[in-house]
Amino acid sequence: MLTILFDGIAYGMLLFILAVGLSVTLGLMNFVNLAHGAFAMAGGYATVILMNGYGVPFLGSLPVSFLAAAAFGLVLERLLYRRMYQRSHLDQVLFSIGLVFMAVAATDFLMGSQQQIVRLPDWLRGRVEIAGVGIGAYRLFLVIVCGALVIVLQGILSRTRFGSQLRAAVDDTRVARGLGIPTGRIFAATFAIGSGLAGLGGALGAEILGLDPTFPLKFMLYFLIVVTVGGTATISGPFAAAILLGIADVAGKYYVPRLGAFIIYIFMLAVLILRPNGLFVRGGGR
Amino acid sequence: MRSATASAREKARQAVADATRWQTPELAFWAVAIAAIFLFPSRHLLLNEIAIVGLFALSIDLILGYAGIVSLGHAAFFGVGAYTAGLLAKAGIGEPVAGLAIAAAVAAAVGFATSFLVIRGSDLTRLMVTLSVALVFVEIANRFESITGGVDGLLGISMGPILGLFEFDFGGTTAYCYSLAVLFGMFLVARRLVRSPFGTSLRALKENRLRAGAIGIPTARRIVTIYTISASIAGVAGALLAQTTAFVSLEVLDFARSADGLLILVIGGSGYLYGGLLGAIAFALMRDALSSLTPAYWMFWMGAILVALVVVGRERVVAKFAAAVDRLRGSGS
Repeated sequence: MLTILFDGIAYGMLLFILAVGLSVTLGLMNFVNLAHGAFAMAGGYATVILMNGYGVPFLGSLPVSFLAAAAFGLVLERLLYRRMYQRSHLDQVLFSIGLVFMAVAATDFLMGSQQQIVRLPDWLRGRVEIAGVGIGAYRLFLVIVCGALVIVLQGILSRTRFGSQLRAAVDDTRVARGLGIPTGRIFAATFAIGSGLAGLGGALGAEILGLDPTFPLKFMLYFLIVVTVGGTATISGPFAAAILLGIADVAGKYYVPRLGAFIIYIFMLAVLILRPNGLFVRGGGR
Repeated sequence: MRSATASAREKARQAVADATRWQTPELAFWAVAIAAIFLFPSRHLLLNEIAIVGLFALSIDLILGYAGIVSLGHAAFFGVGAYTAGLLAKAGIGEPVAGLAIAAAVAAAVGFATSFLVIRGSDLTRLMVTLSVALVFVEIANRFESITGGVDGLLGISMGPILGLFEFDFGGTTAYCYSLAVLFGMFLVARRLVRSPFGTSLRALKENRLRAGAIGIPTARRIVTIYTISASIAGVAGALLAQTTAFVSLEVLDFARSADGLLILVIGGSGYLYGGLLGAIAFALMRDALSSLTPAYWMFWMGAILVALVVVGRERVVAKFAAAVDRLRGSGS
């Protein structure tokens, strides 16, 4: 029972790391980016290539997966995404679906359509016993890493100069620009960090979520759920939503495997009907 | 005073009559569609597919181009129609037109039930709701394997002759004629609909829902109505596919199908009904050409086309096309 709860939390934390970038682009910049999973996939594949092709250890490949996805995100943002910020939602949807399709087909072409396997180091396999609860070592590792990241992110957003500039740029882009805040650069940096985090999540999650070319399509809805259910005004909302989703998904698959993914969809539909702006919205969410 | 209202009413009637008059390019389009039966006798299967995809795109155009609802899950209704028609045929009701009518009714019922989910919320909420409704249907079709055949698909569909008169043949000639007839029928319905006062009120609520509500248009009820109709038409398209190919697989509910529909509308332009049909033709031709170059990576090209179209600006492409049509019209009349 507690093991399931813990697995759920680990899964939820992973989802949060994957989706937090989206919660910034979607929630703060109001950009519907369905291609977010493509960056996660890029990070996952970067890890696979490094580990299997060059013998880089797992821990060493994680930062690279972050950097690879962030660089990928930065290039795309400067080249393409930037032009889309002011467009209608329909344009953004079509644009990002197009990117997803390109990413899926290109990955299939370059890497093949099979599942990729990330070999974890020995000390991350097996289980540990904490207060009588058996916990997978890798799950514990995930919770620690992701938990640390959440704290760092919250700190950056609320304490640093960059954080307050970002919040200002989001609240009112025109006024922020008038005050001399380089909004374009801020958005680009944010987009890159969000993509990098997704890449890191993809690398961390390859073991649990699996990694194949259809990854961006398979998990698109999960990311969107985290952001919409969590509301987009804060970082804690999506975090709570991700944990909730993780626990519900793991517990659902364990206790009522026949229902499978239904629980998630029904839960999300219910939330969207009752609270169209998300569960954890403070005041006027967008 | 009374005569003033009467003359206003007369004017409105005149405006509707003007809007519904058939234009030369429209007649030419349908003439070509019929002529295609004789012009391309070996390509009837492809033409049949174009007609079905065109009908599906038309159903999306009704909600996207006229009511401004972005849906990522219209394949749900296509799939419901396809499975209904397939299961009916398996259950012994092999008469296609009856199957079509029942499929339309079932898809309409599902559309009506889910339409209440798209009334509220922002664009994003709607995207999520439509997407997850479609996913729920994929899940259902996947779970109830004993009925739907699961991933293997629904096999062993045998269709009877249409109205007891026309047998389906291998070349797809009957199939194309049948699909074209249904497409034309549905098109007439849609055309009448969007050029009626009902259609005008839809466009008003697309432009500005708050104001539309303020001048007394019941916006929620309008959306429910058009969504139900659109779902029903999508169901007919799905049923046509099931009947003419005698096969239904999970693919009919696929996300890619919804995305295809949107892409077709982007190519053809939305909000004037012919966009879906012209887009379907362009889409099929591109698909044919690109798949023969790189069969497995058609998806890549589709993505590239989408990105390019949006980045260049679909309004610009459509505007250019509309200008060309206007020029044609100008020289025609």
